Amino acid sequence: MIKLIFYFFAATLVFSSARVITVRNPVHAALFLVLAFFSSAVIWLLLQAEFLAIVLVLVYVGAVMVLFLFVVMMLDINLTTMRVGFARYLFTGILVGFLILVEMFLVLDSSFFHKEGLALLPSIESAKNLESSSNTFALAQVLYTNYLYPFEIAAVILLVSMVAAIALTMRRRAYSRNQNPAQQVEIKRTDRVRLVKMPSSTSAD
Amino acid sequence: MLVLSDFLILGAVLFCLSIAGIFLNRKNIIILLMCIELMLLAVNMNFIAFSHFNADIAGQVFVFFILTVAAAEAAIGLAILVVLFRNKHTINVEDLDSMKG
Amino acid sequence: MEFICLLIVLLPLIGSIGAGLFTVSRKTAHWLTNTCVGLSFFLSVYVFKLIVLDKLLPFHSGTSNELTLYTWLSFGKLNLEVGFLVDSLTAMMMVTVTFVSWMVHIYTIGYMSDDEHNWSDKSLAGKSSYQRFFSYISLFTFSMLMLVMSNNFLQLFFGWEAVGLVSYLLIGFWLQRDTAIYANLKAFLVNRVGDFGFLLGIAAVLMYFNTLDYKEVFALAPSLSNVSIEIFPDIEWSAITIICIFLFIGAMGKSAQVPLHVWLPDSMEGPTPISALIHAATMVTAGVFMVARMSPLYELSTTALSFILIVGAITALFMGFLGLVQNDIKRVVAYSTLSQLGYMTVALGASAYAAGVFHLMTHAFFKALLFLAAGSVIIAMHHEQDMRKMGGLRKYMPITYITALLGTLALTGVPFFSGFFSKDAIIEAVHFSYEEGRFGAGFAYFSLVFGVFITSLYSFRMFFLTFHGKERMDEHTRKHLHESPVVVTVPLILLAIPSVLIGAFTIEAMLYGDFFESAIHVAKEHQSSHDFHGISTFVVHGLTQPPFWLVLAGFVTAYSLYMQWTGLPALIQSKFVFLHKILLDNYGFDRFNSWFFAGGARGLGTLCWSVGDVKLIDGLLVNGSAKVIGIFSQVFRRIQTGFLSQYAFAMIIGLLVLLGWFVHF
Repeated sequence: MIKLIFYFFAATLVFSSARVITVRNPVHAALFLVLAFFSSAVIWLLLQAEFLAIVLVLVYVGAVMVLFLFVVMMLDINLTTMRVGFARYLFTGILVGFLILVEMFLVLDSSFFHKEGLALLPSIESAKNLESSSNTFALAQVLYTNYLYPFEIAAVILLVSMVAAIALTMRRRAYSRNQNPAQQVEIKRTDRVRLVKMPSSTSAD
Repeated sequence: MLVLSDFLILGAVLFCLSIAGIFLNRKNIIILLMCIELMLLAVNMNFIAFSHFNADIAGQVFVFFILTVAAAEAAIGLAILVVLFRNKHTINVEDLDSMKG
Repeated sequence: MEFICLLIVLLPLIGSIGAGLFTVSRKTAHWLTNTCVGLSFFLSVYVFKLIVLDKLLPFHSGTSNELTLYTWLSFGKLNLEVGFLVDSLTAMMMVTVTFVSWMVHIYTIGYMSDDEHNWSDKSLAGKSSYQRFFSYISLFTFSMLMLVMSNNFLQLFFGWEAVGLVSYLLIGFWLQRDTAIYANLKAFLVNRVGDFGFLLGIAAVLMYFNTLDYKEVFALAPSLSNVSIEIFPDIEWSAITIICIFLFIGAMGKSAQVPLHVWLPDSMEGPTPISALIHAATMVTAGVFMVARMSPLYELSTTALSFILIVGAITALFMGFLGLVQNDIKRVVAYSTLSQLGYMTVALGASAYAAGVFHLMTHAFFKALLFLAAGSVIIAMHHEQDMRKMGGLRKYMPITYITALLGTLALTGVPFFSGFFSKDAIIEAVHFSYEEGRFGAGFAYFSLVFGVFITSLYSFRMFFLTFHGKERMDEHTRKHLHESPVVVTVPLILLAIPSVLIGAFTIEAMLYGDFFESAIHVAKEHQSSHDFHGISTFVVHGLTQPPFWLVLAGFVTAYSLYMQWTGLPALIQSKFVFLHKILLDNYGFDRFNSWFFAGGARGLGTLCWSVGDVKLIDGLLVNGSAKVIGIFSQVFRRIQTGFLSQYAFAMIIGLLVLLGWFVHF
């Protein structure tokens, strides 16, 4: 049963990622990518990485891919020019991809993996149960202890990227009325108030 | 019986597909970014598979960080894309050669 | 005692600083410096009395007459100190130096009184030249005292360089004259050559003895007599010989021995008082003093002594010849100084250090006298120095005439005058050295004896041309001729007294007594065995010797040539045009130096510039590396297409290759 599920979703994953690189419309490509993420999330579930599977769906599909879709739809892209040369590079692309694939198989087949014993590694069913309670708990346990500093740094990276993204795309419009705190602090009384000496008018002469 | 190599092969196929995608869609920068996401997905697949079969949670921690960085990268990449489009009115890679030496 | 020594040295320095660094009037300047140097002289005489007459050895617990004042620096076991060594040699030098210096100070008041004429109106340096001059000569006195009173090599070197500096400043005193500037540059450069040798000598001393203190070095010296050194591979030299020759090269520069003599005639560009003080009486004899002071070292190396002997002999004879053809009164005296320095050097080379120093002292007096007399003549002639335009000055300036006569007699070595004793003693010593079989002594003996004739000839030539014969000056000058002021004549008279008497009074003590016993060391086998039987015996003995008759011959020749048959010199000159040319040309030393050394250095510089700098450094290293980078950049810029996809391809190809490499291995 598990095997069946794996093969089904693996096939879906390969098919959808193949479509990502071949479809004409970037919107379709993004949607196929979403499908690819979904299928790999399922496969991760098979590998008992529940937390990461959920994160993949929530963060990637829910946020990043939506961002992609936004951008794709927002930009007015000339699709015809984008596809020029697709056929010409088809052969090269497939060839390079195939070459890398072959080499990767060779790597998997190399003495290194044989020595350690790929086959000796346990299968899913017999694999030792990693977590006593839950995957999330186990992940959190190392994340907040052993990997605390990298974790903090990751948080900072996210913050920086957010600030950077906003700073990059923010446009100041001429008519927008925003405050300039520096100017406000620097202001002096003489800039604003002018005392004028006026002779007091004599009452009804 | 699923073994480690099943997952590794799946990761390798994914990775090769994304490389082929970079070759094929050399003009569309958005697809290029998507291919990078796919590559990261393939790598993550390997990490999780090794983590599972070696009974070591560290692999999953790495995936966690990769997801973080990938999200940041996607955000900044898309922001740059938007700025680029706003200034040049194109995202065709062929037109972006102002850094030519 | 310590205080007195310090005072002797520092008083001239105080005078110099006072006159030089503060704005003082001319009167203050000359009073201050004269007082300081005068005091210094009297204190020197007092010290002389203590050391020589009372046989007092006052410094430190009685045995040593050394005094350490200040530790300059110390590293390792080496202590470099400022200290005094006052023995009979030093005391004699101190008295001589301070006396001549004082006389020159007094004389300068008269000589420099109208110095404004030598400067253009706009010159700033001319405004205070008077004060500056006094400051310089006081500074010189200080430096010279540091030199002679030093108790170690480094302080000696300090004094050595300081007198060189003052000499440089004073030769170029009239700095608006091109000739003066060239002359002082020349003096400086030639002295550099000598000082380089001197410094190497000091370095060698430090290397072999690990100390620079005289006493320690002299004590260690005999143990080093067998040590040898290889400067060039396979050629062994005795270390002592090397040290001695290097030190003597320093002396050759300072004391103007052939071939480093070329600066001294040109140094006459300076004002006459300093020609007398620095370039006749004191500074140029520093080399002689130094060698005498190092006698314990030189006694160990007959090779070095022979070298000194030959150099001195060449200087004594050939520089005398040059004096015959000069027309500038100061230059004649300058060449005679060179020749006399040669005599002193020969004495050193013959191990007769006492005789050399004795001649140094007498020479200091009579040569200063001659120079100052020449200066007096020059003042009277309104700074005309050409003897062909003088003549018959005898009746216009009697004091100068008398004193110059005494000086000339002393210089030529007429019996009973001081020069007679010292010169005869030297010739005697060289003769002994010849009998002993020292290499070069025969040549030296001949040179000196013949040199006596030459000396007599040029001295009387100058004397006759200046003071006797027809009056060849123009009418304007003749009208203004008069005896020089008192400040000029008094030093002349005061210098004339020792010029005449000092030889007879001191010869017994200095040459045959134990005057220098503690200061100069002469090896047993080099000591002459002559006994002294009183001055009269010495004179009578002198009368039977060739030198006296040569003096007479020189006098007669000069008289006949320049008084009797005055047309004869021109005739001789026209017969021996070639010889005359060589002599006027200073044997071509100057020409050779400017062709070989100056030209060679310039050629080398041009070569280094055109090949080393322009081609190698600029062309190859600087522009070449820029060019190479440019070429490489031209190639590499094609790789930078600017297309994102191509960069991505490059990365992927790289990945492919890396993977393949990983698989393969």
